[in-house]
Amino acid sequence: MSKVTKKNAFHHNKKQPHPLPSNLIYNLLVNNLINISMSNITKTQAPTYYDEVIRKGYSRRDFLTFCTTIAAYMGLNQSGIAQVTEALKTKPRLPVIWLHFQECTCCSESFIRSSHPIVADVLLDQISLDYTETLMAASGAQAEEAMQNTMKKYKGEYILCVEGSVPTAADGVYCMIGGKTSIQILEEAAENAKAIIAWGSCASNGCVQSAKPNPTKATPIHKILKGKTIIKVPGCPPIGEVMAAVIVHVVTFGRIPELDRTGRPKAFYSKRIHDSCYRRSYYDAGLFVESFDDENAKKGYCLYKVGCKGPVTYNSCGTMKWNNGVSFPIQSGHGCIGCSEENYWDNGNIYDRAAIFPGFGIEANADTVGKVALGAVAVGVTAHAIMTNVRKKKILQTIENEGKLGESELE
Amino acid sequence: MSTKYLKINRMRRVYVWELPVRIYHWLNVIAILVLIVTGFFIANPLVLTSSQEPAFRYVMGTVRFLHFVASYLFFFNFAFRIYWGFVGNKFAQWHQFIPTNLAFFKDMWQIIKIDILQLKGKEHIGVGHNTLAGFIYFLTFIAFLIQILTGFALYSQNSSWWFPKLFSGIGFLFGSDMALRSFHHWTMWFFILFTVIHIYLVFYHDYVEGRGEISSMGAGYKFIEEDIFQEHKQEIKKSQEKHKISLFNQSKPTQK
Repeated sequence: MSKVTKKNAFHHNKKQPHPLPSNLIYNLLVNNLINISMSNITKTQAPTYYDEVIRKGYSRRDFLTFCTTIAAYMGLNQSGIAQVTEALKTKPRLPVIWLHFQECTCCSESFIRSSHPIVADVLLDQISLDYTETLMAASGAQAEEAMQNTMKKYKGEYILCVEGSVPTAADGVYCMIGGKTSIQILEEAAENAKAIIAWGSCASNGCVQSAKPNPTKATPIHKILKGKTIIKVPGCPPIGEVMAAVIVHVVTFGRIPELDRTGRPKAFYSKRIHDSCYRRSYYDAGLFVESFDDENAKKGYCLYKVGCKGPVTYNSCGTMKWNNGVSFPIQSGHGCIGCSEENYWDNGNIYDRAAIFPGFGIEANADTVGKVALGAVAVGVTAHAIMTNVRKKKILQTIENEGKLGESELE
Repeated sequence: MSTKYLKINRMRRVYVWELPVRIYHWLNVIAILVLIVTGFFIANPLVLTSSQEPAFRYVMGTVRFLHFVASYLFFFNFAFRIYWGFVGNKFAQWHQFIPTNLAFFKDMWQIIKIDILQLKGKEHIGVGHNTLAGFIYFLTFIAFLIQILTGFALYSQNSSWWFPKLFSGIGFLFGSDMALRSFHHWTMWFFILFTVIHIYLVFYHDYVEGRGEISSMGAGYKFIEEDIFQEHKQEIKKSQEKHKISLFNQSKPTQK
């Protein structure tokens, strides 16, 4: 509770136009969840998002600000704002089932702290989280029942959000909830979902628990739900506003956002950090931080040589930034670690640009191996040259004699 | 002196490397050199201190520009060479590089025995590429292809032209751009090792055979002893009769 209080106090200072009592958000959220958990069996007409906004004491202006903000994040044009507004006003709220498997809850944390005032305070309340282990009020059999009810009642209408990877070793016993393995839960929930969203790197590509040696065989969900379209929102965690915008897109347009080849929404993952980095000009100028305590670091030069993975990472951190647009890793003087990229734990050291060369130990990068190979080749070539003079003596002699004869005849 | 018993050879001049092949070769040398040097720089930029204002500096930008220009040169040069592998002379034809029959491998083994392991035996006689060299060049072509695919895939984000964009999906096959970048870097070492061995072997053949191996990439001629030349001619005739002539040999005579 104290965290929430702090967060809202912060908002009040910054931008929030209509300050709310500091613990209102939390109450709204919890009450909302209880309401849904208890009443969604008897509910007949689901309220729209707009109904909920107004019911919770926000003004229409707040609502429109939110629609505009989120439309901007989604990369929509002016007419898109109207579409978002219209959709949120007329469409009933989509129920959300939010599953937690092998994860650290940083995605949830990021989402509930998506820090634009409107996004943070409205959207979380508005998407009705019918089941999420972390935030729901219900527990035990009651919670499981709520999930079953949602799945039955809103068959084909609910959004399934998955946070965390699924362990497949030993028949999935490493992650079990309510007597079911995570594989069973996932497959069951995915069957009739309107859209499936993989929150964070765990669900999208396995993240740290699937790094070598991956003892639990942690598996990203697209490898379990084969043949289903999954919106991957990688990042450790993903940016909260990105998460919000993805859900709003599904609500507004009734379909999943445009995805790239790997299944990430193009609006947020089509640009490299490197291309949106404000330190890019130092990169082009060839001015680099050599170590974190040097003069160049103080000057804010490019972090390329201290292992920044910005050039190989696709995300929106450079433009949307974090924590109410305050900063992002590079702005804080630390290179990008490429957390939204597949296999980033195994690709090499965080503070090193060169990847580990597989099969040659942790210290060996391509250049180390290359130099050794070059030395070996040089030795081999020299040995061969010496051997040639020994083994091919006769031939060499013949050629030499023939040549010398020609030479002598010209005298 | 043993000159009494010395055989004095009459040398036949054979036009082995046509002008386009030679131009390809040297353009390739330039492109690869530039690519390796700038590539190393991009991977690990040198500390170049200067009192210049950052706004006026464009060191990394220039080095990358050179890398990209060289990569285009490299690509189109290679594309041309593939084309020439179908229309060029006997020594430039694709089947000099890609093994299509067992004889190719037998011949390769012979070269490994005589030239590499230097066992005693009949000296190998060839005019163009020997089969082992041809096969190694085939491997380099694969390395070329890997570098082109991975390189343009990395470059695709920098460009709005459709051509590099064609390669943008390749990063996906590797999982991430980090893996792609690493693979690009590793393959580069193949070029360095190849260059060392290649240059050594050119000197080796020049030294052991005395037929102007080094200069052949200059003017295109190699010099073959008359009797070996005739022997070679007979061999080709025999194999042509045996195989009832492949499509390519039929359309292209050996000598111009």
